[in-house]
Parts: sequence; structure tokens; C-alpha cells
Amino acid sequence: MAKVAAISHTAAQDVVAFRNAQPVSAAHFLADVEHVASQLPARSHLVNFCMDRYRFAVGLLAALVRGQVSLLPPTQTPEMLGQLQRDYDGLYVLTDTPQEPGAIEQVSYPRVSEGATMPASNPRFSVPAFSEEQVAVIAFTSGSTGAPTPHPKTWGALARGATAEAFSFDLHLGSRATLLGTVPAQHMYGLESTVLMALRGGLALHAGRPFYPADVAAALAEIPGERVLVTTPVHLRALLTEDIQLPRLRLIVCATAPLATEMAVQAEQRFGAPLHEVYGFTEAGMVATRRTVRGPAWHCLRDVRLRHEADVVKVAGGHVEKEVPFTDVIEPGGDDVFILHGRNADLVNIAGKRTSLGYLTHQLNSIEGVRDGVFFMPDESGDGVTRLTAFVVAPDFTREALLGALRERIDAAFLPRPLYFVESLPRNAAGKLPREALLQHARRCAVGIRREGRS
Amino acid sequence: MDTAESVVAQERELAELIVAALNLEIQVNEIEREAPLYREGLGLDSIDILEIALAVSKKYGFQLRSDDSDNIQIFSSLRSLNEHVQRHRAV
Repeated sequence: MAKVAAISHTAAQDVVAFRNAQPVSAAHFLADVEHVASQLPARSHLVNFCMDRYRFAVGLLAALVRGQVSLLPPTQTPEMLGQLQRDYDGLYVLTDTPQEPGAIEQVSYPRVSEGATMPASNPRFSVPAFSEEQVAVIAFTSGSTGAPTPHPKTWGALARGATAEAFSFDLHLGSRATLLGTVPAQHMYGLESTVLMALRGGLALHAGRPFYPADVAAALAEIPGERVLVTTPVHLRALLTEDIQLPRLRLIVCATAPLATEMAVQAEQRFGAPLHEVYGFTEAGMVATRRTVRGPAWHCLRDVRLRHEADVVKVAGGHVEKEVPFTDVIEPGGDDVFILHGRNADLVNIAGKRTSLGYLTHQLNSIEGVRDGVFFMPDESGDGVTRLTAFVVAPDFTREALLGALRERIDAAFLPRPLYFVESLPRNAAGKLPREALLQHARRCAVGIRREGRS
Repeated sequence: MDTAESVVAQERELAELIVAALNLEIQVNEIEREAPLYREGLGLDSIDILEIALAVSKKYGFQLRSDDSDNIQIFSSLRSLNEHVQRHRAV
């Protein structure tokens, strides 16, 4: 069975990461992987919560060394972790920041030397390699029944995808670029574009995850050589809104939600670098990229192809192991080019966090005391972040109590804003909730609140 | 030293900025000065915090930084956010 190396760096002194403004060599990184691997408990599955991206990467490879699988839950709520614990016996959490004590066993990231000196072990620079077919991570989509649906990803598929991504950005081996991400490593986009692209593209990753625009500028300034910013429309908008100067960039990578062309034009002008968007979905992983200012067409990654089957368009080839249908509405323009027409109406994506309206509605109705309830997405407005609206029939609940109960179950980004308490939902004769009825209901509720506010 | 009245006025101004920036469906006086803004309490998340940071930068002329001090501490209440703003404001 073919094996794929953990990293594609070829020399012990190649830089794999920047941490605390210091380069970390490949030799040191691999020594850390070996050490952490020796400290992990003998289990089969873990959730890697390490906030420090370097530690996350070490933990990911250490788990692979031990034949363990990292789970990537769509949210980290107690409800979700409890569900995973029931499904994956012996599940533990690897963490580098103290968490509130919960039901899941926590294993602290082992203290290692972390790039301070060249380690004594691994003097010959031998790079571990893993079977192509070894499952490295399991990503999840949130099904409407409340149970997360697992999507296993093999090391071979992840590694090939990361290489294809680096190739599409012309970030080949030896380009010595460093990737700085504003997104967490714990979701597919962050994993692929800030961790795996560095490991498998022979690049370096920045260990930080800067939050405010001024933090992003400072973190970029720490990087010697070429800089790549991996971000989202929300963070990009913040950078553009603040009158902030960034150091010279080689490339901006953006994903999680479609970026308005005007914003892409503005970003390219302000930061003097090409901006590429990545499109993908959990079932397939990354599928295509585009330079937004050049037009709406998406170009499939290396060897990835579209296939029609009746009315359904599927994607396969390259790093996409199984043929999967698109979850969004697309119009093919050949076998490797397409235009995205709209997101699947049930899927919700807020700041890179994904879920479905069905899942959220299920969670709302699972709260004891909620008689009826529904989530829906109002029409998107301009360039801001559109939040979800929910209606609920729950006469015994206060707003605070209901939001508290929801917070146990769903990620804060999906908490409804506004949340309307109503006497009944506008169900039609068939018991369904047509979108138009929900929009009308929302307009009436909004007017009611403004009146109350004036009195 | 700020007088108690001026602190009340500052906090009200900041509460107005938060309600406007986030399009909240609550009244300004519903934001309690000691209640946490993040997660519990007002229930803000990181996208909201970024929005508030942009509004603060525009109005008060300084940029929030993660390493200034503990972010969780700054956003632990309207009172602590106001203290941070008053210490760092440029305009």
C-alpha cells in the first residue's frame, strides 16, 4: 500500500512553522511529533482543541503516528461533544488551554521544547509516512435529525488535496511562503488551507490566530519572506474597514462564504496581492478556486472533474475519493469549470461555521417547554453578516432562559437574532412553513417591536 | 478623574454604539453595566466583537488589540469595556 510522507520538506533545517516570531525547523517539528505521539493515551479517536496552530499540527500528526483519528465536529457545544462521546468510545480531547471540566477526558498538550534547540532525537531526519488509506480525520455535517453525519478523510486524500491547492496558487515546494490564518484549524477550510497546505506544500505555518485587524497586521509583520493571508469575508471586511496597512503579501486566500467582487477588487488594490477564493463542501473537501476579480467561474483543482448524471452534477477525481453530488446549485461550463448559483437553502454558513436549518430547528424543538419553533435565514443584506431569525412558541420561557438553553445545543454564531416569541407559527393547511409566510411574519414582528420601543 | 455622571453618559454612548453596530432588537437601557457582553448575558460572539471593534475604532480613534490585555476581561461587561475605551481613546 502506498505511503505518503507527513511533510514534503526535504531538509532538516527547512522551516515548517513560525512560532513566537521564531522559525521552527522540520527536524524540530518532527521531534515534537514523536514526543507528543509517545504521550497520547491509547485510544482510537480524539478531538484536537489546540488553539496554537503549531500544536494543532503536531497533535494531528502525532495522532496519525499512533493510528488515531482526529474528529472535526461542526460545533464544540456540550450537546455535540456528548453525542460524539456516545458514538466514539473512549473519545478524548487534546488541549493546550485549560477548558471547563466537562464529561470528556482532557489530555493536556505535553510540554516539549518547541523549537528552542535542535533536538537530539531524529538526527538522520527521517520523515514518518502514513498509508494513503489511513483515516486521518472525520469531518461532520449536521443532519436534520440532530445526529452529526460522519465524513471520513484519508491521509492520502487530504495530502493530495493540499498539494493540489498549493499548486493552484503556484505555491510550489521551495517558494518559502508562510501561511497566516484568521480561521481555526478545527474546521475543514482551516485544516486544509492553513495546516495541510503548509505541511504538504513545503511551506511554513504561522502558529497564531490573530483576531483584530491590528493583530493581523502585527502577526504578518513577524513573518520574514513571503506572506499568505488565509481568511474569510468577515475578517477581510474588517481589515478593509479599518484604515490598516499590511506588509506586502504574496497572496490572499478567502473562503467560507461567497465574496462580493467589489470587496475582492478593493482588497487586491489595498493589499497589492491577488485574492483567490476556495470553494468546497464537507462531503468532497476542496473542489475549486477562482481569482474573484477575473470573473465568476470556478476552476476545479488538479484532476478534479464534474460529471452529469441525469439532473445531478457530481464531482470526482484527484483528491476527491468518492464521487459526490454537489450540495449547492451549480451550472457546469465544461468538465472542470462551473458557476455557483446558490447555496442549498437548508445549509447555513456563518463565519465559516456550517449547519443546517433542519438541525437548528430540531435543536430548538428538543428543548423542554418549547411547543413549536422554527429557524430561517432572512434575505441577505449587503456585505454584512446576515443572522438567523427564529420564531418560538414557548409561553413559560423568558428570552434569557431560552437563549441559555439554546447555547447548550448550538454554536453562538447561530443563535437567532432576532428571536421572536409568538403565539403560533404561520403554518399552512399542510402544516408546512412556507418561506414567504415566515418573511411576512418577521416583518409584522419587527414593526411590533419598533412600536413597543417608542412607547 | 471622571465623575459618576460622566461615566453614566459614557456608558450610555457606548451602549448606543453597540446596539447600532449590531442591530440589536433591545433598548439601550436593557444592557446592564455589569452583565457580561460575551456569550452569557448579551450573548455576543466573535463576529459581534469584531463589529464592535470596528465601531469603536471609528468613533474613538484607536484599534483594539488582543494583547492589550485579556479580551475576555475587556468584554466582561459594559463597565469594563468603557474603562478600556476611556483609557485608550484618541478622540
